Amino acid sequence: MAVREVKLCLLGDSGVGKSSIVMRFVKDAFKEQLESTIGASFMAKRLVVNDSTFLFQIWDTAGQEKYRALAPMYYRGAEAAIVVYDVTREPSFDSVKDWVKELKRNGVSNMVIAIAGNKCDLEDLREVNTKDAQEYSDNIGAIFTETSALTAVNVPELFTSIAKKLPDADVYEPKRQGSRVHLRKNQQEASQRRGCCGGEKS
Amino acid sequence: MAETREAEQSQISDPDGEELMEKNAPGDSKNSMLIASDSFENIDIDCVEEFEIKKHKGGLIHQIVKQTSKEEQDEVAKENDDQNSAKSDLSIGEDSSEDQGEIFETKDIAEALDETLNPGNGPISSHITDEDVNSPEWRSQRKHIFIFSDSGKPVYSRYGNEDKLVTLFGVMQALVSFIQVSGDVIRSIIAGEHRFVFLIREHLILVGVSNGTDSTQQVLMQLTYLYNQVLSVLTSTSLQKIYKQRRNYDLRRQLSGAEKFLDSLLNMMETEPGFLLGAVRCLPLESTVRDMIAQSIVQHAKVKDLVFTLMIANSQLVTLVRMKKYYLHPMDLHIIINLINAAESFKAAESWTPICLPKFDSSGFLQAHISYLDEDCQTCLILLTVDRESFFTLSECKNRIQERLVKYNGLQAISDSLRKNSYSIQDCKISDLRHFLYKSKSTAQYTSPELEAPYLTQPEQERLFGLYQFLHQRIHSLSRPLKILYHVGPYETLLGWVTQGFELYAVFGPLVTKPLAINAINKLLAYIKREENRLFILNSVTF
Repeated sequence: MAVREVKLCLLGDSGVGKSSIVMRFVKDAFKEQLESTIGASFMAKRLVVNDSTFLFQIWDTAGQEKYRALAPMYYRGAEAAIVVYDVTREPSFDSVKDWVKELKRNGVSNMVIAIAGNKCDLEDLREVNTKDAQEYSDNIGAIFTETSALTAVNVPELFTSIAKKLPDADVYEPKRQGSRVHLRKNQQEASQRRGCCGGEKS
Repeated sequence: MAETREAEQSQISDPDGEELMEKNAPGDSKNSMLIASDSFENIDIDCVEEFEIKKHKGGLIHQIVKQTSKEEQDEVAKENDDQNSAKSDLSIGEDSSEDQGEIFETKDIAEALDETLNPGNGPISSHITDEDVNSPEWRSQRKHIFIFSDSGKPVYSRYGNEDKLVTLFGVMQALVSFIQVSGDVIRSIIAGEHRFVFLIREHLILVGVSNGTDSTQQVLMQLTYLYNQVLSVLTSTSLQKIYKQRRNYDLRRQLSGAEKFLDSLLNMMETEPGFLLGAVRCLPLESTVRDMIAQSIVQHAKVKDLVFTLMIANSQLVTLVRMKKYYLHPMDLHIIINLINAAESFKAAESWTPICLPKFDSSGFLQAHISYLDEDCQTCLILLTVDRESFFTLSECKNRIQERLVKYNGLQAISDSLRKNSYSIQDCKISDLRHFLYKSKSTAQYTSPELEAPYLTQPEQERLFGLYQFLHQRIHSLSRPLKILYHVGPYETLLGWVTQGFELYAVFGPLVTKPLAINAINKLLAYIKREENRLFILNSVTF
């Protein structure tokens, strides 16, 4: 059976637990006081869902403001995105909405979007209502789940449901070619990107 | 200093006919991969030079991209795109910045109120929050560093919370602008034991306050490093753009998460002589092994737009392969080493991050692929490119390099070298020589033996570092530079010697005599010469 490669990226505010979710999914481990990501880091993980094998190529982006402008580099061409917020921090849920707007505007048209409320083990400190988040996700047609990278709740399930929701590979194939990552060969795409580097030539 | 004797001569020659032999500098190479730098004088010139607003008409990065990209038209389109997207990015940031500023303020007032109302009921992390100007702990710090914008907005303080130091920042800003009004520039203030050193750059002012052993020049160099560290996160272009749009922007928004790089850089500069010397230390390796490692990189990472590939183990350079015509400056290399040292997150997975190397091109970012090659996360491979889309290509290169290094025991050789100490002063077989720093000027590399007794405790190590700072500062004194300095101190005798080819700083026991010391130095040079292939990287490899 062929392996279906899925390019996925994680977005969300700094400190909501994007790297922890990836670490839980890829290595089934949890580290307290994980350092903040610099730029972005990349990991891959195989997952079997309903007899099909998926190879997730995961871009774990940095949430800090200074890396904000780099995000398009990772979500452009991604077939799926997980937007993470922290259930104990209301503002982090507000930025989910900004991310979703940006993805709808600039992402691939049939991108699978999942919204994950992380740190759901901290029930006492909760600031974001499950119902509100669920409603919002339903409205925009996104997968919704509350996860805890600490206790592993719903982390594998999150990726499984993304895999299930992905459009069939054969339908998708031609489009995917256009958003391959070896972009140098692909002139049309390359022309949309920044020249080389963030800095601008004056 | 009453009981110390000093001899300063341009050429030491004494009745016994002992003479320092100015022969070929060990570790000398005509083919260096780093930009050779004099450890000091340059910095001051830099200051003057950079003080003028530099108009970058396309930096090196631009040049490389231009060379490699065939479609000129594409380029134009990209640039336009660039400008547009950058503009929109910034405006987004700006709207929210206002709110953020207000939040800061109100929070501050609330905190202050809270403190005055319930004095006994302090916050839990009192250690941090209490550290303000009036706390004895804050006052007793050996070196303070402050960064603020030219409108007086705090950007960074090494100790304490910037928001609590606003009045202090205000005073410093007032001093700077008061002097500026009269068409002059404030450089330093000396008050008792403390020296206040100012570095004024476009939009940013950096101040170092030290009561330690560093000279004004040395603090100035440290401030220059810090400024470069800020640029490496932001680039000079975006710094200018930010302040052009909003003069009172709170730069901490952009630098959040980068404070730890400033902290670690400061700590490193207090222990690592490479900063003082403007040189890097190489991991001692047999030259055949090092060649093999370099060849693995050349063969397996021949990728368009890849500018530098370097391997670093425990802050020491293993190898560096560069694009023809482009060189790395030791200052930039220190910024890279600091990035690797300060960030644990690179150990978790392959990373892809923008980094600006200010000496190479301060106007733009290079893109760095960073990964560790071994399980223990000792050997780090850094691939620097101008192509933002080449992550997967470089990732494949990394796998191939890794495979080859495993096959030919390259990684094993690196970890062996890391495990056994570099070399002991006893290996040099010179009695009474306790420690030394030797810098080969042409290659911008330095070597020094392991720290041994009596320099095993931290206070002793700090004292030794202070001695080197003293020696370095006397030799590179701007008003009276010296070629040779022989200094007898209460606990050790120091000898510093600078020639065309090298800089040598040696520490002897207190009872050594001048002829003995000179004899020892000549023996030491012979030792370094014998070992130069292992201690230095003498040939530069290009793609």
